[in-house]
Amino acid sequence: MHLTDEQIKKLELTANDIRQSIVDMLEDAGSGHTAGPLGMTDIFTAFYFHILHHDPKNPMLEDRDRLVLSNGHIVPVRYATMAHAGYFPIKELSTLRKFGSRLQGHPERDRLPCMETTSGPLGSGLSQAAGMAYAARMDGSKWRTYCLMSDGEQDAGNIWEAAMFAGHHKLSNITGVIDRNNIQINGMTEDVMALEPLADKWRAFNWHVIEVDGHNIPEFIDAIEEAKAIYEKPTVIIAHTIPGKGIKEIEFDYTWHGKPPSTEDEKRFLKELRTLGGTIRASDHE
Amino acid sequence: MNNMLNKKLQLNEHALNPDKLKSEPTRNGFGRGLVEAGEANDNVVALCADLAESTRMQDFKDTFPKRYIELGVAEQNLAAVGSGMAAAGKIPFIASYATFSPGRNNEQIRTTISLNKQPVKIVGSHAGLSVGPDGATHQALEDIGLMRMQPNMTVLVPADAEEARKATIAAAEYDGPVYIRLSRAGFPVFTTTETPFEIGKAQIVYESDNPVVGIIVCGSLVHESIMAAHNLSEQGIGVSVMNLATIKPLDRDAVVAFAKQCGAIVTVEEHQCAGGMGSAVAECLAEHHPVPMKFVGVQDKFGQSGEPHELIKEYGLDSDSIMKTVEQLVKKNA
Repeated sequence: MHLTDEQIKKLELTANDIRQSIVDMLEDAGSGHTAGPLGMTDIFTAFYFHILHHDPKNPMLEDRDRLVLSNGHIVPVRYATMAHAGYFPIKELSTLRKFGSRLQGHPERDRLPCMETTSGPLGSGLSQAAGMAYAARMDGSKWRTYCLMSDGEQDAGNIWEAAMFAGHHKLSNITGVIDRNNIQINGMTEDVMALEPLADKWRAFNWHVIEVDGHNIPEFIDAIEEAKAIYEKPTVIIAHTIPGKGIKEIEFDYTWHGKPPSTEDEKRFLKELRTLGGTIRASDHE
Repeated sequence: MNNMLNKKLQLNEHALNPDKLKSEPTRNGFGRGLVEAGEANDNVVALCADLAESTRMQDFKDTFPKRYIELGVAEQNLAAVGSGMAAAGKIPFIASYATFSPGRNNEQIRTTISLNKQPVKIVGSHAGLSVGPDGATHQALEDIGLMRMQPNMTVLVPADAEEARKATIAAAEYDGPVYIRLSRAGFPVFTTTETPFEIGKAQIVYESDNPVVGIIVCGSLVHESIMAAHNLSEQGIGVSVMNLATIKPLDRDAVVAFAKQCGAIVTVEEHQCAGGMGSAVAECLAEHHPVPMKFVGVQDKFGQSGEPHELIKEYGLDSDSIMKTVEQLVKKNA
């Protein structure tokens, strides 16, 4: 399953396209979260363009892998990635958060096929993913369940109830991914409510833990493959990410957690993405 | 005057003679119903937060050990794991005490079950004052309100163990989220296996020829209300009784017709007056057919330790209190 350099480059460029869609749709929406979606774009790209067994033309494919987004507020990255993967037209992204849109501010399962769950209130996605994984094992189904969580969400007791449950029942068909970007609404995670030693906490709950650079797509894909080979316990991948990744001026800035780019911001951000950070020339043509 | 049990419902012939009725908690009926539902459909699974024996999930656990899932004392996880299993095609029954589920995990039920439209069946046992000696912490008095406020949720409060058995089977067959409220203490079993049960259908269980007041009641106090109505009717004050086993969706046509027929309504429940079954009835009648009403229920107080019959009397929910309330309403209307 080793990726060629060409495949890696292709995934990275796809991620760059998706980041542009995220900036564009958030500016259109006029509200929403910017840092988290940009920070998780490489991982979403890896999922939808390489990891998942899925079919955009048949979204409810019975044996599809289940991707549960627990921290529903970063859903713009999921919408943008799904649109780029062919689930729905890219132009629909401009309806984000608008009246009548399928793209609700926080995701709702029955509005858009293949969302798997309704989420937003933090802490309960891993429980739902564990329920799916348990049911799949009962039925002898081969599909896998992935659960994406934020790091701030690790404050919630429900996460640890789910962690204890999946560890106890040895649900090796579930893989958790934590977006370890170190920010939450009130500031840095270690100032608001310290999480470290986070990996040790998960190990203590009987999970296999892998730490990766969340912007290194092949490294992340390798970690997913490693998780598939662990039969004794569930695996959690702690993905170290940069909030706002791709836009230098907002990277690591927690104030970008919950606000969208202005029209002026959008122009600068899109230029930075289109020129790959100024390394290539891009036309000013919109 | 002809005062009688509704013959069409095939109630126990001794329904007006409680000494001859078996007393049993509704949780027992749930336990039997769950095994039957499990036999009828392989997708039925049972999830329990460390209370298998007292919620009566134990029989299912013994019968279908592979379809019983242990959660530990973790009610938030209970609700959301249930949601996930439903998403994968199962019909999960999740059981705990009502103070914890839907009490502690209300948001998980709201987001992952009701809004998410997953057909999880939430079983809240030990509801009401009749929990008894455990005291206020364990006596759920607000669960009907919590559950009926959530869109997409169906709310069932069975009147006796037999009705609880049927409600459980009906819930398993129903495509949507359901809350079933159960009692710890025993109450007379006055319905029979022949008594019909349908989600969303209210039943007039006791009919007076010339009712001046109608009692609308759910759960453990239905039989108590029948006895109160019978005593009053024998004294010449005609009172009929409706068993409102489905609080939501409310059987609006039946409730309005009953109010029209009786002219005044007393609601009776082992729940806070605020937000409970009586409130649901009042919301309906205020809009569609306003009549004088009184509410028998808990008046903005917590419970306490005691035997069930002591607490039911202390908080004014026994048949004497129900009769007094009916008489007050009759006097006021005279």
